Amino acid sequence: MTSPNRLDATVRPGRIDRTRRLRFTFDGTELHGHPGDTLASALLAEGRTEVTTSVHRGRPRGIVAADRTEPNALVQLHGDCPEPMLPATRVELRDGLVAESLSGIGWVGDRPDTAVHDKKYVHADVVIVGAGPSGLAAALSAGRSGARVFLVDEQAELGGRLLDGHERIDGAAATDWIARAVRELAEIPEVRVLTRATAVGCYDHDYLLVAEHRTDHLDTVGPHQSQQRLWHVRARRVVLATGAHERPVVFEDNDRPGIMLAAAVRSYLNRHAVLPGRDAVVFTTSDSAYSTALDLLAVGASVPALVDTRPQPPAHLVDQVEAAGGRVHPGSTVISTKGHDRVRGARVTELDEQGCLSGIPYEVDCDLLAVCGGWSPVVHLFGQAGGSLRWDRTAAGFVPESSGTHLPRVIGSARATHDLAGSLAQGLAAGAEAATACGFRIAAPRVPPTSGDRPNSRPRPLWLVPGMTKPPEQWDRHFVDLQRDATVADVWRAIGAGMRSVEHVERYTTISTGQDRGKTSGVNAIGVIADALMVDSPGEVGTTTFRPPYAPVRFALMAGRERGHLHEPVRTTSMHSWHEAAGAEFENVGQWKRPRYYPRPGEDMDAAVQRECRAARTGVAMQDVSTLGRIEIVGSDAPEFLDRVCTSGFAELAVGRARYGMMCGADGMVLDDGVSMRLAADRYLMSTTTGGAAGVLEWLEEWLRTEWSELDVYCTSVTEQWAAVAVVGPRSRDVVARLAPDLDVSSAGFGFMEFRETELYNGIPARISRISFSGELAFEINVARWYGLATWEAVAAAGADHGITPYGAETMHVLRAEKGFVVVGQDTDGTVTPLDLGMDRLVSRHKDFIGKRSFARQDTARTDRKQLVGLLPLERERLLPEGVHLVEPDVPLRPPVPMLGHVTSSYRSAALDRTFALALIRDGRRRIGDVLHAPFEGSSTAVEVTRPVFYDEEGARRDGVEHG
Amino acid sequence: MLLIHCPWCGARDEAEFRYGGQAHVDRPPDPNAVDDREWGEYLFVRDNPRGRFSERWVHSAGCRRWFDVVRDTATNEMSAEVPSRSGRR
Repeated sequence: MTSPNRLDATVRPGRIDRTRRLRFTFDGTELHGHPGDTLASALLAEGRTEVTTSVHRGRPRGIVAADRTEPNALVQLHGDCPEPMLPATRVELRDGLVAESLSGIGWVGDRPDTAVHDKKYVHADVVIVGAGPSGLAAALSAGRSGARVFLVDEQAELGGRLLDGHERIDGAAATDWIARAVRELAEIPEVRVLTRATAVGCYDHDYLLVAEHRTDHLDTVGPHQSQQRLWHVRARRVVLATGAHERPVVFEDNDRPGIMLAAAVRSYLNRHAVLPGRDAVVFTTSDSAYSTALDLLAVGASVPALVDTRPQPPAHLVDQVEAAGGRVHPGSTVISTKGHDRVRGARVTELDEQGCLSGIPYEVDCDLLAVCGGWSPVVHLFGQAGGSLRWDRTAAGFVPESSGTHLPRVIGSARATHDLAGSLAQGLAAGAEAATACGFRIAAPRVPPTSGDRPNSRPRPLWLVPGMTKPPEQWDRHFVDLQRDATVADVWRAIGAGMRSVEHVERYTTISTGQDRGKTSGVNAIGVIADALMVDSPGEVGTTTFRPPYAPVRFALMAGRERGHLHEPVRTTSMHSWHEAAGAEFENVGQWKRPRYYPRPGEDMDAAVQRECRAARTGVAMQDVSTLGRIEIVGSDAPEFLDRVCTSGFAELAVGRARYGMMCGADGMVLDDGVSMRLAADRYLMSTTTGGAAGVLEWLEEWLRTEWSELDVYCTSVTEQWAAVAVVGPRSRDVVARLAPDLDVSSAGFGFMEFRETELYNGIPARISRISFSGELAFEINVARWYGLATWEAVAAAGADHGITPYGAETMHVLRAEKGFVVVGQDTDGTVTPLDLGMDRLVSRHKDFIGKRSFARQDTARTDRKQLVGLLPLERERLLPEGVHLVEPDVPLRPPVPMLGHVTSSYRSAALDRTFALALIRDGRRRIGDVLHAPFEGSSTAVEVTRPVFYDEEGARRDGVEHG
Repeated sequence: MLLIHCPWCGARDEAEFRYGGQAHVDRPPDPNAVDDREWGEYLFVRDNPRGRFSERWVHSAGCRRWFDVVRDTATNEMSAEVPSRSGRR
C-alpha cells in the first residue's frame, strides 16, 4: 500500500529509495516510508499533517518546515537511549524507528546512556560551513589549491537548496554538478567533507565546534561505534555559507496545521516526492514562493490563490503561474485562516500603499497554506564570532556588516545573495581568496553558466498582518513564536510593561527561547516590536546576541569519553594498594586519593578517628604523607628568593635543618604554608599543601620570571618523585631506631626540625626529618617514590610490636587542630593574614617579603580584624558544624543578625574527651573567655572563646621521652 | 578559544595558558617608601580599556614561561610584544 500523499515516481522521483520500505511507529501507529525520508516527510506522506498540540494553549499544530527551523514537530525517540525534543525534520527515517509526539516537553530515560560519544581535534587551512552552491564552490576552489579544506554540512547530502529545485549548472542538472563536485572533493587528499555535521559554535581566532551525527541514520550500530562526534577545529580561514532561513508571516490563526513555509513545501515535493496538500494557497512577499506554486501546479495540485503583497509582481512570474492554472492576487495579504485540526481556508484582502488593509475580504478554500515572509540570512555563527549586523532594506533581512581579518567571510544566501550565479561566483572567489591567504596561491576558477535560477526581484516585506478587529494588545491568536505559544498580544504586553530592548522583550515573552532558539520567530518578533514602538525598521530595534550553540548539543557529546573514571585523572601514592587492602576510606584532595581513616569492622568514622588519635597520642601511628607538594628551589640566589617569598627567614637556615614557612599574596593574605629543608647552600626542598602545590609553583615562577628575573633560581616540581611516611607518637623513636639502625635518633643527636640522610635497615636510601604536625614526637621518612610501598611496609613491620596504627587525613586534622595548627584553605580563605592567625612569631621583622607592606595598610592593621580563636561548646558533646556563624548571646535571631565570624574546623577530641573548634571571630583575641552563640538546626549552642591551642600548650611532647 | 603565540613554543590553544592580567605593573622597588594609596593601586587597580591592552600570559601547560602580548579587548586580536623582562632564560 502506498502512502496517500506520496507522489508517483513518474511525477516526482524524489531523492528516496522506493525499492526499500521502512517501517516506523508514531504515537503507537505503524507507518511506512523510504530511505531518504525524514520522519517529517514520512509523516506528511502518510497524511499526518497535525502532529502535536501546542505547549500552553493546546492548539493543534502541524509540520511547518523541512529543516531544523521546525518549531512544532518536536518528537521523542524511544529506544535504549530515549532522546527528547528532536525536530521530526531532522530525524532520518530508519527501520523500526519508534517516535512519540511531544507538546513542548520531552523526557529522558531512567537508564544510564550507553551511547558512545567522542571528540576529535583537527587543524585546517580553510573551513567552509555549509555545502549549498556557494559552499561547494568555495570548497572546490580552495581544495584545488592544495590547502587543507574542511567542509561541513548538516544535511545527509551535499547541495543544500539545489536539491529542492530544478536549476541547471554548466548545461546539466544541478544535481549532476553536485555529484561531480562530490567526486572531485573525495579525490583531493587534503579535503575532508563531513555530512550530518552541524557547526554549533564559532569562537575567537577561527575555532569551531562541529557536532557530527555518525550513526543516527543507521539501522544497526556497532558496539564501540561513536554515535556522535564533536570536532574541535582550528582554522586559518573560515568561510560561512550557511544559507538563509525562510520566515513565516504573523497573521490571525497563523498556527493551524497545513500552514507551512513555502520553500519547505517545495522541498517535500521535489526531494521527498510528498504532496502535503491538494489545494494550496501560496502567500508571499517575494519571488521565491512562485517556484513553489509552479511545482504544486506541475504535480497536479491546484493553486486557487497566490497572494503576493507586492502590487506589481514580476509579470513573467504571474504569467507562468496563471498559464499553469493558478491565480495571482497582487497587492494582497492573507488576514486569517479557518479550520481546526487542519487549515480549511484563507481570508484574503487587499493592501493599500501604506500597507493598511483595504477592500472587501474574501475566503479561499484550501488544505495547504504555503507562506514566505522573506529570507533571513543565517548569521548566527558570524554573530558568535563577534561580527555585527545591519538591516538590509532591499533584502529585508539582517546581513553581516563588519568585516575584518579576524572575522569569518560570509557568502551566498547568508549575505542575502540569493541568486545561483552570484552564489557560485562568491563561493569560487572566497575559496580561492582563503586558500591564497593561507599560502596556497590560486586564482578563482571561471563561474559556470547557470539557468533555471530562482528569480530575485525586490520583496515587499511584511511581518505582521493587522487583525480586522480589536487593538494589537488583544491579538492573541497572531502567533509570533509557535514553539513558545507567544503572540503579538504578549509582545504588546511586554512593551506596555516598559520593555524596549529586544533582549528584554524576548525574555519577558519567552519568544526565541525554545529548542529552535527562535529560528523562525526571531526576526518577526523584531518586526512586531518595531511596529509597536513605531520605529522605522527592524534595524532600529536590532537583534539579540547570538550565542553558541547554534543547535542543541547533548551534554553527553560535550563530555565525550571523559565520563566516569575518565572524567578526571586520579593521582594515587605508591602505598595506595596497601591502603585499599587495609580497607581505608578515601577522600579527594585535588586529584589525589588520600586515606581519610581506616575503619575496623563495626567502626564508624568517629570511632576509627578516636582510635587513631589515641594511638598517635599514646603509642605510635603512621600516615602516608606522599601527597604533600614538593618543590625543589635551586640556584645561587635561592636563599635570597625564599627570604623574599616566605614570611620567615630562610637565608640563615643551616644546611641540614628545616623551617616552617608561610607565603602571602602581595595583599598580605595567607597563600600557602609548609616546611622547607635546606639541602645545600644553593638548594632547598619546599613542601606545600596537597591542594596548593601547582598554584604555589606557578606563583614562584611568576615572581621569578616577571619581577625578579635577575635572580639565579630554578624551581622544579618533585612531588611525584617522593613518597613519605609520617611516624608519630611517643613510641615513634623506637620504631625509627629499628628502621634506621645507623641513625642516632636521640633528641640530643637528632634535634627537632633537623633532617638526616641515611639508609634504612633494608638498604633503602631515606631522608628522615623530625617535623611534627601533631605536637607529638614525630619523624617523616622520605624515600624515592618507587620505594614507597616497601618503606611503608617496613615501618609497619618495625612498629608491629608497638601496635603501630595507620591513620588518615581526618585524624591528622584532629591532631593538628588540637594544637591549633591551621590548614590553609580551611582555616583561611584569602582574607586572613598570618597576624590574624596569631603567627606573629613567624613573621620576620628584619627583612621584606611579599605581602609585608600590606600588613601596614589601614584595613589590615586594624586590631579588631577576624582572628583565629578556639571554641569549646559548653555542652561537651555538642559538635559544631563547620561554617556555622557566631553571634552575641543576647542578639535576637531576626535578620539582619550581626555576625561575628564563623567556625573553620570542628572535631571530637579523644585527648580532651570533648568537642572543640577553631573559628575566625571579629576582635577574637580580646574576646577570650566570653561566651558566644552558634545558632544552627533551629537552636542556639553556647560556646566559650579560648586560645586556639587545646593540647600541650607548653610543647612538652615534641621531643618525646628518652628510654633508658 | 584564543590562539596564543607563545614566543618559545609557537601558536597554542588558550587552554594551555593562564592569564596574568595587565602587563607592566611594576612592584614599587621599596614598598615602604610608598603611601597606602599608591600601594593599594599597585595591588588592586588595573586598566580596563576597550581596545589595545598589554597583558601577561604564562604557558602553564607548556614551557611554563611568562610573556607579554598586546590584545585588542574588543576583537581579541593579539600581537606579540617583546618578551621584555621575562626573556632572560
